[in-house]
Amino acid sequence: MAKHRTTQEVNAGSMADIAFLLLIFFLVTASIETDSGLNRMLPQKNQEAVADIKERNLFEISINNADEIMANREVIQLEVLRKGVTEFIDNGGSNCEYCLGNGTDELSEHPGKAIISIKTERNTSYPVYVSVQNEILGAYNHLRDRESLRLFGVPLEEMELEYYKEETNEERKQLLKEHIEVIREMYPQKILEPETVKN
Amino acid sequence: MIKFNSFRSVNRNLPAISTASLPDIVFILLFFFMTVTTIKEQNLMVENTLPKATETEKLDKRDRIIEIFVGNSTNTHQSMMGSGTRIQMNNRFVAIEEVGDYALQALYQMPEHLRKVATVSIKADVAVKMGIIEDLKKELRLVNLLKINYTTFEGNVFDNQMRVD
Repeated sequence: MAKHRTTQEVNAGSMADIAFLLLIFFLVTASIETDSGLNRMLPQKNQEAVADIKERNLFEISINNADEIMANREVIQLEVLRKGVTEFIDNGGSNCEYCLGNGTDELSEHPGKAIISIKTERNTSYPVYVSVQNEILGAYNHLRDRESLRLFGVPLEEMELEYYKEETNEERKQLLKEHIEVIREMYPQKILEPETVKN
Repeated sequence: MIKFNSFRSVNRNLPAISTASLPDIVFILLFFFMTVTTIKEQNLMVENTLPKATETEKLDKRDRIIEIFVGNSTNTHQSMMGSGTRIQMNNRFVAIEEVGDYALQALYQMPEHLRKVATVSIKADVAVKMGIIEDLKKELRLVNLLKINYTTFEGNVFDNQMRVD
């Protein structure tokens, strides 16, 4: 009875079908999330109007119903906005030893005093508003990165990434936090958004 | 001639190609999709093409995010809601005055320690006007949800400027 029998191979053809069904189910129910964007903080609800801003410390950006952008009383294109904002913040009028601007009288005295205001109208389109926000953030990020590279040798973003990582130990985190705060203190983001009147 | 014949007979007996590795390949695909995607939590009832931006930050911790969709209602939902810009939260249309209530509801469903880091992700369509966004921001300020995120696609902002009207 020692007859050698070759074992029958199991037909695995339907396995592929099952796997395909599962795959299609996941393709239908799942989506790749778009999960990145511009972070902003809204002001507190009971904040009083800021008094006494010198005109040179205020960079006014308005976007009208036709999506035209006006910055400091001049109609400009979006492409030059970032440069304008950078020059305004980094002007270094009085006692800013790390600023690289020329220190003209029209632009901000100090990055800490520089305030940017964005005015929109009710029919301004949202993408243009996002673009303007993006350009302002871009200007700040550029300046912060520059100082971060100069003082600590790494861009700010890298420090932030390391700070939020789970495996970074407490001591390192403390140090990074201090560094990040130094940079943020050098170029604080002050962006105002006055409410518009109905039109 | 004989040689040729014998060659043909060998050819005829070729075994079927094994398809055993096919399921493996499909499973690899399946696992790939399972890891890179998330299950849809909401059915989109509004148009939602996000604008583009470059200076973005990732919103990878999904547990602390309150999503608000803004856009024109899609064709299938126009019959009952009419056209025009709508706000969608948690699979339903929400009037602008109710946004605060619904946002607070979503906030209190979160675990305690996440509430102070909760972020509102505004997912607004490219065709949306600033009026509704401002109303939305005002409502969020009233309920003290101040951390917001204008959710965007990654891309050059200069592509945004084309007006859609």
